[in-house]
Amino acid sequence: MKQMGKLAWALWFGYAFLYVPIALLIFYSFNESRLVTVWGGFSTKWYAELLQNDQLLGAAWLSLKVAAMSATASVVLGTVAGLALARFGRFRGRTLFGGMITAPLVMPEVITGLSLLLLFVALEQAIGWPDGRGMTTITIAHTTFTMAYVAVIIQSRLVSLDESLEEAAMDLGARPAKVFFVITLPIIAPAIVSGWLLAFTLSLDDVVVASFVSGPGSTTLPMVIFSSVKFGISPQINALATLMMVVVATGIFIASLVMARQERQKTRDEQMAVQGG
Amino acid sequence: MIDLLRRIGLWGRGAVVAIPYLWLLLFFLVPFLIVFGISLSEAMLAQPPYAPLIDWLVDEDAGTTKLQVLLNLSNYLRLGGDDLYILAYLNSVKIALVTTVCCLLLGYPMAYAIARAEPSKRGPLMMLVILPFWTSFLIRIYAWIGILKANGVVDNLLQWTGLTTEPFELLYSDWAVYIGMTYCYLPFMVLPLYATLEKLDPTLLEAAADLGCRPWKAFLTVTLPLSLPGIIAGSLLVFIPSVGEFVTPELLGGPDTLMIGRVLWNEFFANRDWPVASAVAIALLLFLVVPIMVFQHVQGRQTEAGR
Repeated sequence: MKQMGKLAWALWFGYAFLYVPIALLIFYSFNESRLVTVWGGFSTKWYAELLQNDQLLGAAWLSLKVAAMSATASVVLGTVAGLALARFGRFRGRTLFGGMITAPLVMPEVITGLSLLLLFVALEQAIGWPDGRGMTTITIAHTTFTMAYVAVIIQSRLVSLDESLEEAAMDLGARPAKVFFVITLPIIAPAIVSGWLLAFTLSLDDVVVASFVSGPGSTTLPMVIFSSVKFGISPQINALATLMMVVVATGIFIASLVMARQERQKTRDEQMAVQGG
Repeated sequence: MIDLLRRIGLWGRGAVVAIPYLWLLLFFLVPFLIVFGISLSEAMLAQPPYAPLIDWLVDEDAGTTKLQVLLNLSNYLRLGGDDLYILAYLNSVKIALVTTVCCLLLGYPMAYAIARAEPSKRGPLMMLVILPFWTSFLIRIYAWIGILKANGVVDNLLQWTGLTTEPFELLYSDWAVYIGMTYCYLPFMVLPLYATLEKLDPTLLEAAADLGCRPWKAFLTVTLPLSLPGIIAGSLLVFIPSVGEFVTPELLGGPDTLMIGRVLWNEFFANRDWPVASAVAIALLLFLVVPIMVFQHVQGRQTEAGR
């Protein structure tokens, strides 16, 4: 038990390391003083200034659009890819496919960004598309690296899932497409939701890849933050960071609430089925 | 018709795999070939700023056309000949190794404590580790600027306690980069470690204790070897992206914190030398091929084991 005590200390130290910086960031966003880390009284004026910063709001809107589109695309592609890896057994080119799915998880961002930019430039030279770089190219780039995360989530969910349900449906004469939409999809729905949320956050977070593949006039929110942070800290960025964290926390809270309710519903249904049979 | 499509694998399952397959081929694999091609080209003032590798030479007099392929190794020779690049590679590996070791030292006890906690508490405790990962990477790095700078939180604290009287600045040094990178990559280490430690059968440790093995020795001979797959997966998940890291050294590091991601960025954006930037990327990729393959192997085995 004495050892557990030491372990608990290690755990709390780890949590402090993870959360104290975030707490300080939020705390200083309510600081009156322009010098971020010198306390000058409570104020919410930086939030008010934030809402008047048109450049920032425009960038935020662009980022949200890109994140929503790329998360949706990567959920579709990633679910199919995860399904193929978990259910299709050995097919031609599976090794290459598996490699292309897991490599983006660890690929340094500078390489992904540079390689996609050079592809877009070469494509534009060869076939005239994409015409310039902007929202489309950023969305494609984000879809490419976020679908890997979705595929891994879906694959691990499917691997741990009992295949007999799908087999039973197949035995009863359902076609594979019907089995997928009626049986598999509802079961993996929570994994798909977390995959979408993860892809959305990763896209909203990315500065390196976006810097490579964006064009003039398409500056995303992280790019604006990055260029202003390079010149030092500002209370406006603290306020913005706080707002972003509130949004993310709310999203996760709602998602986990919905999933918990679904889980309860499922257990209730199962119990009813057992009692009825 | 359907029969023909089915035979060439473009119907049913084949069609389903084809969509993500083609997407990845076009947007993941082909770009690397292009990067490799451009790394063999020559920089020039043009739009785009590199010389074409393949050119059709039309000879008007003879009425013939010749295909000319120009390959140029000078970009790679420059990487090998200039100390800047070699130092940047070595320094990147050093920083990535230190980050990995810090994450392991901090993350292993955390993962172990969570895996040994009551089953009902494990979920929420793990959630607390993952939660920061959902907030922006950039913002988490930004948070450390306010803590580490002169007149920042650490400095104010040290001056207030009287430990220092001079302004004390950790920011813009390798130390700041170690702290920032450990901070950002810690969840990546804890996650796979927890996954292996949680599956560990506690009766093995009881058996070791029954046979008179001390807890510390039982840990070294039973727990540690059995959690090795998690250690390897976590370390690679931290090490590989760390080597190419750009944002953290750019924001927290000093001007002399040389890392290869920064060199690539500067070659591309400041010098507009696309061929050299491509050569830097290819060299980095070649260096990372072995760790990436090991990672895929471990990852594949873990998914298989989930069956």
